[in-house]
Amino acid sequence: MARPEEKIKTYRTAPFDARFPNTNQTRNCYQNYLDFHRCNKALSSKGQDVAPCQWYQRVYKSLCPMGWVAKWDEQIENGNFPGKI
Amino acid sequence: MAHPSQLGFQDAASPVMEELLHFHDHALMIVFLISTLVLYIIVAMVTTKLTNKFILDSQEIEIIWTLLPAIILILIALPSLRILYLMDEINDPHLTIKAMGHQWYWSYEYTDYEDLGFDSYMIPTQDLTPGQFRLLETDHRMVIPVESPIRVLVSAEDVLHSWAVPSLGVKMDAVPGRLNQTAFITSRPGVFYGQCSEICGANHSFMPIVVEAVPLEHFENWSFIMLQDA
Repeated sequence: MARPEEKIKTYRTAPFDARFPNTNQTRNCYQNYLDFHRCNKALSSKGQDVAPCQWYQRVYKSLCPMGWVAKWDEQIENGNFPGKI
Repeated sequence: MAHPSQLGFQDAASPVMEELLHFHDHALMIVFLISTLVLYIIVAMVTTKLTNKFILDSQEIEIIWTLLPAIILILIALPSLRILYLMDEINDPHLTIKAMGHQWYWSYEYTDYEDLGFDSYMIPTQDLTPGQFRLLETDHRMVIPVESPIRVLVSAEDVLHSWAVPSLGVKMDAVPGRLNQTAFITSRPGVFYGQCSEICGANHSFMPIVVEAVPLEHFENWSFIMLQDA
């Protein structure tokens, strides 16, 4: 299993995720977005380095439409993002 | 692309489309053979003066015309299922592109490394240069590296659309709020055309799709230039 830094350095695009094997990849995008923010929140609250969270960011950036990401980022900024982070 | 008076499929540009094409040839041949046989039997029945009013049963022919159709159906089903499962194989894409349907144009997003996004409008008929195809050309094409597995995530920003490129054997509905995944590999470099395949309003027929497959270095140069222009 490659170390996180190596996985990110050789990143091409979001790999196959067995949790989302079918045509509908909506949840794949959303889940990685959530996981990135949750990872950031969890690691920074413990004072640890948030570099491992970069994987989730690369994946959601690959999968999610830019418009969706912009909308969610704005919601997080305004405090009305519907997901649980 | 499509040609005038075309009867068959467009030339295949991906391995899956080649399979679909060959399967269609196989199934259509079976259809032609059965139709010819039935037509022959009808003509033979209608043009004979011979009659027989005393047949009661005939075990042999009943067996034949039950078994033969069953065998034919199996001969169709086996290749069909093979291709179905082939299309469902887990693939490991090299590149992810998002195709977003709008009224009435497509926009493409390449966000694996940088945030590259651009719109793709149809070139109006009066602005075509000689040699270009009416209602099929766009100002910006979706450029991809040839012979690389590509993942396309199709969605829409307003109403239903559908992203289709017949020569690649690809069609995927664009549903607002949903991300539909399709994947393909281009077997050869070239330009491949498609059209929106779900009714979406006044200009549904005027939002085509153009995919251009080029060698990797050309793709990298193109994406670099597109990023500068954005």
